[in-house]
Amino acid sequence: MSIQQTLPLPGVAPERTGSYRADHLLVADMVQPGSRVLDVGCGEGDLLQLLESRGIDGRGIELSREGVNRCVAKGLAVVQGDADTDLVNYPDDAFDYVILSQTLQATRQPRAVLENLLRIGHRAIVSFPNFGFWKMRLQLLIGGHMPRTENLPATWYDTPNIHFCTIKDFVQLCDEINVRMERAVALDLYGRPVPLNLPWWVWNMFGEQGVFLLNRGGQGK
Amino acid sequence: MSNVRSISSPTIHGDDRAHEADHPSSLVAKFGIDQPLRLDCGVDLAPFQIAYQTYGELNADRSNAILICHALTGDQHVNNVHPVTGKSGWWDTMVGAGKPLDPSRYFIICSNVIGGCMGSTGPACINPATGKVWGLDFPIITIPDMVRAQAMLIDRLGIETLFCVVGGSMGGMQVLQWTAAYPERVFSALPIACSTRHSAQNIAFHELGRQAVMADPDWRGGRYVNESTHPHRGLAVARMAAHITYLSDAALHRKFGRRMQDRELPTFSFDADFQVESYLRYQGSSFVERFDANSYLFLTRAMDYFDIAADHHGVLAKAFAGIKTRFCVVSFTSDWLFPTSESRALVHALNASSARVSFAEIETDRGHDAFLLDVPEFFDIARAFLQAAGKARGLGNNNDVQP
Repeated sequence: MSIQQTLPLPGVAPERTGSYRADHLLVADMVQPGSRVLDVGCGEGDLLQLLESRGIDGRGIELSREGVNRCVAKGLAVVQGDADTDLVNYPDDAFDYVILSQTLQATRQPRAVLENLLRIGHRAIVSFPNFGFWKMRLQLLIGGHMPRTENLPATWYDTPNIHFCTIKDFVQLCDEINVRMERAVALDLYGRPVPLNLPWWVWNMFGEQGVFLLNRGGQGK
Repeated sequence: MSNVRSISSPTIHGDDRAHEADHPSSLVAKFGIDQPLRLDCGVDLAPFQIAYQTYGELNADRSNAILICHALTGDQHVNNVHPVTGKSGWWDTMVGAGKPLDPSRYFIICSNVIGGCMGSTGPACINPATGKVWGLDFPIITIPDMVRAQAMLIDRLGIETLFCVVGGSMGGMQVLQWTAAYPERVFSALPIACSTRHSAQNIAFHELGRQAVMADPDWRGGRYVNESTHPHRGLAVARMAAHITYLSDAALHRKFGRRMQDRELPTFSFDADFQVESYLRYQGSSFVERFDANSYLFLTRAMDYFDIAADHHGVLAKAFAGIKTRFCVVSFTSDWLFPTSESRALVHALNASSARVSFAEIETDRGHDAFLLDVPEFFDIARAFLQAAGKARGLGNNNDVQP
């Protein structure tokens, strides 16, 4: 009997409101109208389309050629590029927000990428799958294998996601590089925010993904 | 050797070609001595003329004009039968009903570049001062000169802002020059398979071509028209060499491999045994029937001199500072003449200028020439880019064709 049969992949596809993903709506709500936004790793441009529909001036970078070409075919301003190597070509303060949606775990240098986000943009919005989520923990603890989910179905040997972290890990990194968290939201399995008044360890356990609005910290957090 | 066939001499269209240089079978805008074209080399060119074609209608707002800039050996006959060769328009794949550049939506303009040989003033034209063909007495022209002349044509047509300027290769250079020189007159720009400066390798290839022309004894120091010759062998060799750079190893292999031409076995001679040889000879000999050798020298030189950053204190981003134009930059994976890295450098500069830019690299094995061929992914992107820009420009979307 295979592991998958005893432990089916948890269903974590975020709930859709209308035609938009819940996490995209949450990210879009963090962006003030009239802003200039760079979406790093914009995929097929769903979030950019949502932002543009709200009158936000959006640009994108996407690694895959197919993704870029689909974005451009949608009329979006997207260029082919790599978060690890191409962010350095953007000038300081070029954008109001730089968004890194579900991409941090696939970068080679997450720390350098994060620092670049906040150099290029006054604020950064980062969302990532939380490897501290209880179902992830359970797969490793009980199943004894690397966690896989519907959103992250790749096996350990062919996954592009090479730098998984937990919400706790991410918070720690922000502390280290003096990045201030303006807003933090953990979304549960159904794309609903985990209630605010609960302690960090609950977020880290029950948040399927974390969404953070960050700015340059200055002194401490 | 008796069985060596060299490039055949042009016999069919030679007179047509010479006639077109001064009397184009297209529209012509003439500029008198009171309206000189200021050239970068310091010469005021006057009088001069620009031959051009238009397709479609200019709308009441004069907001739907698209300028197509042609490549090195192109001309204004984008979407109609060519008056010299009788062949169909050079960009029929891109322009026409239901195509990305649809004359039912846009007013499409294409002019022969200054220095060309299809009706705009160039070295093949009669110099009014002497009554003889200009030849090498024609002043050296640059890409900015070409664009300055186009801007005078656009003024003449009563168009303030072009909805889009589009072109590939040398045409792409003109697109970039338009945006650098007249940013407020270009609403959107579609530079394809080009770069902001001509690379050392590309200058080297051009020099090879020019030397081939000049090495032909029939070139006569550029005075071949007055001496009733034409350096067709030299020009054909130049074209053959250039044509290789427009293709790719993979495309040549796919198209010809090592297949023989009309024979089973090698002839043990220098005849065109291989299909690829036969193809290149055909490309060379058909080119000389429609193109002027001196014009080829002048236009390749113009490309060599092109370097936008050099005109802006060496900083490319300064050329586009504060620009509002929407860009869509396109490159092709197998293009080694204007490789993707060149387009990427342009995109970085545009990003640094906070320009609104899209950049797509199209997967194809067809090399630099891909922009002239039927590449659906490229058309989808061009169409979508223009539709999005059209929406922003307030152009009617009644005739939208979904990609």
